[in-house]
Amino acid sequence: MIREKESGAKRVRRGKFESLRFALRLLTSNPLVLVGSVLSIAIIGVALFSSLLVKPSLANVVSYSSQLCWGNHLIDWGPGSSICSSGNYWLGTDYFGRGVLSMIILALPLDLEIAFAVVLGSIGIGILLGGISAYGGLVVDETILRITDIFFAFPTLLLALVVAAVVGPSIPTLTFAVLLVWWPLYVRLVRGQILAEKEKNYVECLKSVGASDSRILFTHIIPNSIYPILVQATLDIGGVILIFSSLMFLGFSPKQNLPELGNLVAEGIQNVFTAPWLIIFPGLAIVITTLAFNLVGDGLRDILDPRLRH
Amino acid sequence: MILVLFGISLIVFYLSRGYPTKFPPWGQYVTLSMSQAEIAYIKQLHGFNLPLYEQYFYWVRDAISGNWGLSKWAGNQQTLTVFTNRFPLTVELAVSAIIITVAIGLPLGIVSATKNNKLPDHVSRIIALSGYAIPVFWLGFLFQLIFSYYFKLWGLPTLPSSGYVDQTFANSVHLVTGLPLLDALLEGNLSYLASSLVHLILPAFTLAFATLGYLTRIVRSSMLEVLKQDYITMARSKGLSERVVIYRHALRNALIPVATVTGVLFASLLGGVVVVEFVFSWPGVGSAALQATFQNDTNFLMLYTIVSAAIIVLANLTVDVLYGFIDPRIRLR
Repeated sequence: MIREKESGAKRVRRGKFESLRFALRLLTSNPLVLVGSVLSIAIIGVALFSSLLVKPSLANVVSYSSQLCWGNHLIDWGPGSSICSSGNYWLGTDYFGRGVLSMIILALPLDLEIAFAVVLGSIGIGILLGGISAYGGLVVDETILRITDIFFAFPTLLLALVVAAVVGPSIPTLTFAVLLVWWPLYVRLVRGQILAEKEKNYVECLKSVGASDSRILFTHIIPNSIYPILVQATLDIGGVILIFSSLMFLGFSPKQNLPELGNLVAEGIQNVFTAPWLIIFPGLAIVITTLAFNLVGDGLRDILDPRLRH
Repeated sequence: MILVLFGISLIVFYLSRGYPTKFPPWGQYVTLSMSQAEIAYIKQLHGFNLPLYEQYFYWVRDAISGNWGLSKWAGNQQTLTVFTNRFPLTVELAVSAIIITVAIGLPLGIVSATKNNKLPDHVSRIIALSGYAIPVFWLGFLFQLIFSYYFKLWGLPTLPSSGYVDQTFANSVHLVTGLPLLDALLEGNLSYLASSLVHLILPAFTLAFATLGYLTRIVRSSMLEVLKQDYITMARSKGLSERVVIYRHALRNALIPVATVTGVLFASLLGGVVVVEFVFSWPGVGSAALQATFQNDTNFLMLYTIVSAAIIVLANLTVDVLYGFIDPRIRLR
């Protein structure tokens, strides 16, 4: 009896070990996923320590001596651009003489913060409303589904635009505007997961031993269905950054010199032909960030998809 | 469908009328020199002093009869007129983007699935992934920079970066449908046709880029799924050529999941229109909606949101209806 138990525990441990090994193998066999993971960890790291890398007060500094110049000789931007005479500006400088690279580093924390806030908020709303929808009976379920239908019929950017316009541009309202667009997806996702899990045998067993609905939901079903939600969340980090920076680009920035990737692009437009680096590099930062998280999401999905294991 | 439109109109109506802002909805009828009594009279005249739900019913009545109020940013013209004047241009842009999406995305997805894990697959996956990751506004400016500025520097033929047709031709074609390409064709005005076509290239490709990636990815995954099935092996073992297997047998079934995401594609397209029209100064409804937002012209915004929501809902409905044609298994049930 005891031996059987032991071997069972060992099997579980070996199972875990093997799945970890499988995950590692998948990670190393698909170089894109590896690149994505390394990149996104690096980006989060830069964002966390941005205030150590660049002084936040730089955003308000004006130095006309190094205005709109390009700092390294690897790229030639054509006759319109000028070269920095001094200073170490790898990615050139903007109209106020600030290094574009420093501005990008300063901008990363805000974009990532909002992306995480929106995604985590959506997961929270998704678990709450999805749980209510799956357990609340027909009428509640229908009502919640129809409400998500309404939000799905809005073009994503448009609703955020209207809310931002009505409520007025500030970082919290813009975050709220993006959240308003994002939550319905998670309600659908969580609801679908819960409904699928509800039919499984272990839930039947739990019910038969007298576990309450909320206990089954929160301690068994949701932990079991968290992985698809996690995958979606990783993929959505990039999506939120895209929408948020689009809003900022379109002119909803609350402050003129705010270091935010979309806003940096918007402020570079006036000098686009004499200083093309002003829009190229902040935009590239958006692309790389979004791509990195998408690649991780793709990899996670492959790792968690049981069909791919055999 | 009606329910969805009703819900959307409620949300938009609340945001524009009920939510307390610095810019009250009667602002556009009032001038600075008016006295309090006059303002009160105007509020009463337009029904702004009624409870919100009554205002909503009056608004629905007016909206259905075509009276969407005056558009503040367009100098107090009728909102509906402003909208219908600009709408065809947006339609032209969106339709060309859809054509580009399908014409490139579909073959790319098929090639990606049939040449799985080979070079064409990697190329198309990179395109699909960047479709997800590249911000539309940035891509638009990049295109402008390369095709209008650097091509000129390098002495190559350039593409125009703004507007829908050269200013010199602006009035040489009579507006029949409002679609520049179609009007030029109807009149046989070839120089106008060429000019509007050239103006269309950059914005249409920019707009198509995001949906292109999405479509490619879905076609690829559903094609891979279908190609694994037994009936494909059966078709191959019958000795059918690979071409016939893929285009006759696999593609039809692989397209079913593609149809279900049409609504999502339309939603992304109609949101993208706002950005693309802004970047390329395309005088359609999207750029107008943006200007309206900045001038708190809620009348125009309401019309725009409801029309785009109606388009998305209609697209979904059409797909539902057409399902039987696409998938005979559903028809049998």
